[in-house]
Amino acid sequence: MASYSLNINGKQLEVAADPSTPLLWVLRDHLKLVGTKYGCGIAQCGACTVHLGDVATRSCMLPVSSVGNQQVTTIEGLSENGEHPVQQAWLEVDVPQCGYCQAGQIMSAAALLKSNPSPSDADIEGAMNGNICRCGTYVRIKKAIKLAAQNNA
Amino acid sequence: MTPMKTHIGRRAFIRNTSLAGGGLVLGFSLFNSCKPGEAKEMAVREMPKEWFEINAYLKIGDNGLVTIMAPNPEFGQGVITAMPMIVADELDVDWEDVLVEQANFDPESYGWQFTGGSQGIRRRWEGLRMAGATAKQMLKQAAAQTWQVPVEEIEVSNGVVAHEASGKTAGFGELASLAGTLEVPEEVPLKEVKDFTIVGTSKKDVETRKIVTGKPLFGVDYQYEDALVGMVIHPPAFGLQLKSFDATSALSMPGVVDVFRIKTLEDSFTRGYFDANAFTDLVAVVGKSTWEVMNAKKAVQAEWEPISDYRFTMDRFGNQMEVTVPGGLESTDAHYAEMEKMASRSGTTARKDGNPEKAFVTAEKVLERSYTCPFLAHNCMEPMSFFAHVTGEKAHLAGPLQAPAITRPTVAARLGIPEEQIDIELTRMGGGFGRRAYGHYAVEAALISRQVSAPVKLVYTREDDMTCGIYRPSYQATYRAALDKDNNLVAFHVKAGGIPETPLFANRFPAGAVDNYLAEQWEINSNITVGAFRAPRSNFMAGVEQAFLDEVAELAGKDPIAFRLELIERAKNNPVGENNDYDPDRLAGVLKLVRDKSDWGQTPSGVHRGVAAYFCHNSYAAHVIDVVMEGNKPKVERVVCALDCGIVINPDAAANMAEGAIVDGVGNAMYGELTFRDGRTDQTNFDTYKIIRHSEAPKNIEVHFVENEIDPTGLGEPPFPPVTGALANALYKATGRRYYRQPFATDQPRIVG
Repeated sequence: MASYSLNINGKQLEVAADPSTPLLWVLRDHLKLVGTKYGCGIAQCGACTVHLGDVATRSCMLPVSSVGNQQVTTIEGLSENGEHPVQQAWLEVDVPQCGYCQAGQIMSAAALLKSNPSPSDADIEGAMNGNICRCGTYVRIKKAIKLAAQNNA
Repeated sequence: MTPMKTHIGRRAFIRNTSLAGGGLVLGFSLFNSCKPGEAKEMAVREMPKEWFEINAYLKIGDNGLVTIMAPNPEFGQGVITAMPMIVADELDVDWEDVLVEQANFDPESYGWQFTGGSQGIRRRWEGLRMAGATAKQMLKQAAAQTWQVPVEEIEVSNGVVAHEASGKTAGFGELASLAGTLEVPEEVPLKEVKDFTIVGTSKKDVETRKIVTGKPLFGVDYQYEDALVGMVIHPPAFGLQLKSFDATSALSMPGVVDVFRIKTLEDSFTRGYFDANAFTDLVAVVGKSTWEVMNAKKAVQAEWEPISDYRFTMDRFGNQMEVTVPGGLESTDAHYAEMEKMASRSGTTARKDGNPEKAFVTAEKVLERSYTCPFLAHNCMEPMSFFAHVTGEKAHLAGPLQAPAITRPTVAARLGIPEEQIDIELTRMGGGFGRRAYGHYAVEAALISRQVSAPVKLVYTREDDMTCGIYRPSYQATYRAALDKDNNLVAFHVKAGGIPETPLFANRFPAGAVDNYLAEQWEINSNITVGAFRAPRSNFMAGVEQAFLDEVAELAGKDPIAFRLELIERAKNNPVGENNDYDPDRLAGVLKLVRDKSDWGQTPSGVHRGVAAYFCHNSYAAHVIDVVMEGNKPKVERVVCALDCGIVINPDAAANMAEGAIVDGVGNAMYGELTFRDGRTDQTNFDTYKIIRHSEAPKNIEVHFVENEIDPTGLGEPPFPPVTGALANALYKATGRRYYRQPFATDQPRIVG
């Protein structure tokens, strides 16, 4: 067990956890930030995607000990009340079905648009290929990313 | 308007009458109806000071806001929005003034709270309309009494009750207090389809905002003070069982509370159909946090031993039967070999018309083809999980269940407490696809909670979820068709079977359209547990039947759509046999619609096109799939889908569901596969089990609905099964090769010699 001071969603939070504990479980179990989801535990499905700085990162294989001072953003901290352009586009297109993977999808999409404000179809597919949606909302996800890019332009 | 007796769900309505008889008005506080904070977000207005319950489905606030209960469990099919829309339409409330709340399991109030079989809307259509219509009628009565005018002269529109002659108007909120005390009317008028104002218009899902902002909605997000985390260890292979375990080192690990054995079904227990589960003897590991329990689980040393053949009694919806489960460690190669052997023999005849034997002998041309599919895992994105807090003679459960009414009796029997002492909160499900109709994980959670005398959240790892069973079975089908010299289909033979069940539907198309018809089936027993997977059995039969018909059409030199329409015409005008399941007009309807919308017959250059149509779950679906080749890789460019599911409640959400079914269909047809070696699955997580991803999904999907006034039929499943067929047919055009073995991505010609 060790103590960590983590910068999460703009707040400095203290947690005591084993150094090997993945950030995902620190978020979900220790900090009750359950918007970030467990899907596979091996960085294959993207449900656990958060931002480290501006980079989309799978939190299920990231030990808490390696987070350090980096700024962590989760779905709860992406915006105050869902007004981030990606969230707005998701609402407009009404993307989700079951919704379980969508926090991860949104975090990947938001990171993509930050680094590439007007992505091509291939850019979107490349950036989003690590996020599985078992309900098959891919067509709407792509539409929403394009809408967010357009609204942000 | 159609007057309807209020017999459906009347118990739910009567509840209020008895309260009224006692002179009570039932008031809800804000906090009873909505969780703090959430309600404000949903509503455009201030929250009411008081709520008045009109019936189990709705309550009206003193300011006119209406809370409508969504009775069925939600797993992404959109009933949490669509069902309240139906109530709201008959109530004539402005949709902007509606708050929606997920009902918990309460069969007395809500009847059959079941998500599966594409039955939700179909079974609830009349009852939900009645709930809205009776409430509206009671508001009218309240206005008539207050204003001393005849009730027949009162009109309701958009949440406003009006009497034209006197010029009086009132909002629902002003009348709700009185309305809640009135008798439930014996008979109420229901709207004509043309008068719907909400049904048939696209409304945003009521939970999308919560989803995109990461609110706790799912079972695995459930929070309860001091809840422990539980996990189970099941045998690593089908055909093995727990012999013993050593938890010494696990128990010394940080955060670990206890490690013990649980038996989820007693051997003498008469199992229900949805109690399917191979692994009933488990090691449970309980601790303080997920990561700690995950690690402790790995430290438990378990010994396994082979099972012997065993028997149990199953009550299959009232029919008691003895089920024998064979011992042994099964493998996929052996499965396919056994299926091939069964396919070469006669099966059990399920239907026979005319004289198929003779017709095949005298035919001009005969075509025979065989098809297979593998087992599939549901792979809901949220692995199985459940919360339980068992205290003495009571249990509080919460989590994702498609069929709480089926799960609760098993939990009650296993805990030995009355069903009424077990309440179940229904959480949003992170996918279901049939998987969560099998609630063994709720039983496990309850037993673990009882053992540790604490609230426990049971969570499965992805590996637990993928390897513990309840799979789509592996199937095989052989088709034969006979053509006469004029290329008419004169005989048709389907023989289908699987492990462990037959997928055959003997009375579906083209039954009824062919003079000489034979349907046979067979089964091979197995210890691998299977269960409903989106459109059970249809998910195989549709694809292979439609791929076969494509090949028959080609042999006959006919256009695939024209060929199907010709057969459907025959089934309509001069049907063979009497038990044909499908409505020829509706089946033809989706084919014609997809033909028109896809510009069938005018395939752009470089595009390879396939079609399929199918009937299941009371609805009709047809797809045209366009494949383009990118190098030597086929890519689904466009899918045009035509659906007839009767009246569509929420068109954009319905289109979303169909789009998802198409992506799911392409994904499973191309990549889906669960294989076994010595009882173990070769795939344990998403690194080995391939799920379709963004870059493999169809580029464009267009969904078109047949417009009619037929009461709603199924939607979640029907668009899924025919995708495989349309894709196989498009791939043939693209590659020149027919695809007989799923998944297509690895379908190679059999090695000969």
